[in-house]
Amino acid sequence: MNTFKGFVVKEFRQIYRDKRTLTVLFGMPVIMMILFGFAIRNEITNATIAVLDFSKDEITRAITHQLAMSNSFTLVASLENYHEVEQLFRAGKVREVVVFEHDFAGKIMRNGIADIQVITDATDPNLAGLMQHYTSRIIEDYIISVNKHQQIPVTGVIPEIRMMYNPELRSVNLFVPGLIAVILMLVSAMMTSISITREKELGNMEILLVSPLKPHHIIIGKVLPFLALSIVNVITILVLAKFVFNVPFKGSYLLFFAEASLFILTALALGVFISSAANNQQTAMMISLAGLLLPTVLLSGFIFPIASMPEILQWLSHIIPAKWFLIIVRSIMLKGGDVFMLWKETLILLAFTVGFIGLSMKKFNVRMG
Amino acid sequence: MNPIIQINNLNKSFGQVHALKSISLEVNESELFGIIGPDGAGKTTLFRTLATLYTPDSGNVSVLGYDVVRDYKKIRPLLGYMPGRFSLYQDLTVEENIRFFASVFGTTLEENYKLVEPVYRQIEPFKNRLAGDLSGGMKQKLALSCALIHKPRLLILDEPTTGVDAVSRVEFWDMLAILVKDVTIIVATPYMDEARRCNRVAFIQEGEILQVDTPEAIVKSFKKPLFGVSHKNRFKLIRALKNYPYSESVHTFGDSIHYTDQRDLPDLDGLKTYLHDMGLENVEIGTLIPGIEDSFMALVLKEANHA
Amino acid sequence: MPDKAIIAENLTRKFGDFTAVDQVSFDVEKGEIFGFLGANGAGKTTAIRILTGLLAPTSGKAFVAGLNVYTEMEKIKKSIGYMSQKFSLYDDLTVRENIRFYGGIYGLPRSILKQKTDEIIEIVGLGDAVNKRVASLPLGWKQKLAFSVSILHNPDIVFLDEPTSGVDPITRRQFWEMIYEASENGITIFVTTHYLDEAEYCDRVSIMVDGRIDALDTPAGLKKTFNADSIEEVFIRLARKEVWDERYQS
Repeated sequence: MNTFKGFVVKEFRQIYRDKRTLTVLFGMPVIMMILFGFAIRNEITNATIAVLDFSKDEITRAITHQLAMSNSFTLVASLENYHEVEQLFRAGKVREVVVFEHDFAGKIMRNGIADIQVITDATDPNLAGLMQHYTSRIIEDYIISVNKHQQIPVTGVIPEIRMMYNPELRSVNLFVPGLIAVILMLVSAMMTSISITREKELGNMEILLVSPLKPHHIIIGKVLPFLALSIVNVITILVLAKFVFNVPFKGSYLLFFAEASLFILTALALGVFISSAANNQQTAMMISLAGLLLPTVLLSGFIFPIASMPEILQWLSHIIPAKWFLIIVRSIMLKGGDVFMLWKETLILLAFTVGFIGLSMKKFNVRMG
Repeated sequence: MNPIIQINNLNKSFGQVHALKSISLEVNESELFGIIGPDGAGKTTLFRTLATLYTPDSGNVSVLGYDVVRDYKKIRPLLGYMPGRFSLYQDLTVEENIRFFASVFGTTLEENYKLVEPVYRQIEPFKNRLAGDLSGGMKQKLALSCALIHKPRLLILDEPTTGVDAVSRVEFWDMLAILVKDVTIIVATPYMDEARRCNRVAFIQEGEILQVDTPEAIVKSFKKPLFGVSHKNRFKLIRALKNYPYSESVHTFGDSIHYTDQRDLPDLDGLKTYLHDMGLENVEIGTLIPGIEDSFMALVLKEANHA
Repeated sequence: MPDKAIIAENLTRKFGDFTAVDQVSFDVEKGEIFGFLGANGAGKTTAIRILTGLLAPTSGKAFVAGLNVYTEMEKIKKSIGYMSQKFSLYDDLTVRENIRFYGGIYGLPRSILKQKTDEIIEIVGLGDAVNKRVASLPLGWKQKLAFSVSILHNPDIVFLDEPTSGVDPITRRQFWEMIYEASENGITIFVTTHYLDEAEYCDRVSIMVDGRIDALDTPAGLKKTFNADSIEEVFIRLARKEVWDERYQS
């Protein structure tokens, strides 16, 4: 047992002594949270818009006012004719123009229906779609409130859209679980594989193999510090999510940490597995990046929804452990999911973990070459 | 008494490369045994096989009475193994390194201090320095301390003196001479001159063992008269000697050219005249006692001629 | 000045408080084989880096091929060749590709490069191996090839850093014969080695101890001065006095 303890102490000491890597490992979740939380977000703030109002009545002014008041938009111009619309778009001054038809209020009063044209700059199609969505929400909200107070009959059916669980469509809420998965992959899998291959490169692995250390001692000793680091990273992300980005956490923390530990074990086992195939740190890193990190980012549903992928990629996504982890974490955090809702995903993740641990133990060679 | 290492007809290949060709060897208790040969001769493959890290393709290898394939778990704790280009943990201090290896082998520095003292004492003043900041010679001493810390019965040292300066090499061999009283040592080196520090040596070249004997006997096996020829224009002298019809071997050596003749009774006056005709005046020729390196080269050339 | 290959005067290089090269002065004649010896950490590598234009000195003067190491580094790099035990050729390129690559770096015209390639193959005895990857060659061949490549552009001076480490004794001597030939052709050779019998092959030898040059003479001169049988004895006496006392006095 002393043998093993000595090994673990040495591992922690080496990691602690490598201040640069340590800074990166602790800093990465913070930087990634800030990047994803502030810069790469799907909601719109202060998008520039203009209004072309042919009616200039009470209602159009009120709607314009609502749009201008919203955090999503900034009103930069009021136009007089269609010519100007194109000019503004060409000049890149606005991203959206809202056009009210002639006699807008009158038509609403008389027919309960009137036309609004929403023109967007679709060079960025995602943004254009979102802006249209936001605009129609604001207009609908206004019409509804007008209806309530003034009892104006509105016969045109206004579809009611309600977003469940993430009503503000805040992308931060969705990114946090994905980020946890990515960072756990980086820290657990990549760092473990690099740390083991470094022993090989230095020639020290030969001595460790010849020593009384059992292979599982070496593996567990290598993995323990990164397990600890990973858990610290998960806590960092949760704290940032809760206190900086106000991401809700509806479910049980206990369940969350149990599931996270399970995923960490999967990642660690993958790291050990990679190190048995790679003979130097560079190869280990490349395999980790291409074989683990990219699928985790692209195929887990972190950034691109799985439902909109081609069928073959959807199938492929089933063998990405991060996909199942993502389903679990999103459910716990946003829906308050419990074991009864998540037992199936948990079982799949457990199967992955056991499989990879078994595989990596088996592949770990007691000899060389 | 059973030999510590017994190798019978060991073969090992990597793909196309036949790294070890039917090697047979015995190393006895308390011997300081040298495996001498250039890079790529098969020394590391042989040593990794002894350390139970490679399995033989064919042949039997037993270490300390155990089979390296079947009983590797019994052998490993009894070995002190220092791989080639072994670099320790650069980011740990001298003391942390040795304490780490002690703990890995289930012992402590204090418990076996007496054993490592002749080596460790020399680096102890720098015990708080990072291993990465040590000079080549000191690194080797630390590595040796680490290999010794668990009181092994056999020390396997793969090229411990490669890339180390001449002074540190002398010191290192001085330490091995002390240690061999307590532990059997097998050591690989590309430096021929280190052969004389061993009890017995095996010459290895291209996976084959050319000769196994004591350094004295190896030198004695060099039967031909050996001459040292010198002239200030060494390049011209080598050319001339190589073109001499009776020349057998011509090797630069220290301050002279070592020369052997094809004839049993070489005609030195004839050689002098020949060299004079080639424009080399005042050539000095003297008789020499052959060294280890002369023997090695003669063996290699003989082997090449056979093939 | 024109008949000296290297001139160093009070050459000094400090790293923080540590003086790696300490007021070193020496000359190397043109066409000379100059052995540059020293223990690990004595400052050899630093000195070589200064002379090859990779590192600026802290103080002192140095001229390599008549060029100032402070101001004419780029010109120095063109007039020297460099080869070390650790790095010289690309293992994953073939022999021919390596030669072509280094020829390209030094701007050799295609016709000359082809002729040189044939010469090298002849000298090193590579034959059919020319289209093999360097990784598959025996170390001795690699080193001979690396040396040929380092003098491909006909430099004034070639720096060889432990060129023969680990090479078998016979190939080692063939390597030295190539050095002699280069020296005959007027190339100055600046060489470090851990094989002290090789020191005797040099025209002159310097021994560096703790950043200073403690001895510089012909091999015969050094042995005479120190009343020693071999350069090894001289070296050990200088490089670590206490070891020598233990071994030869007591």
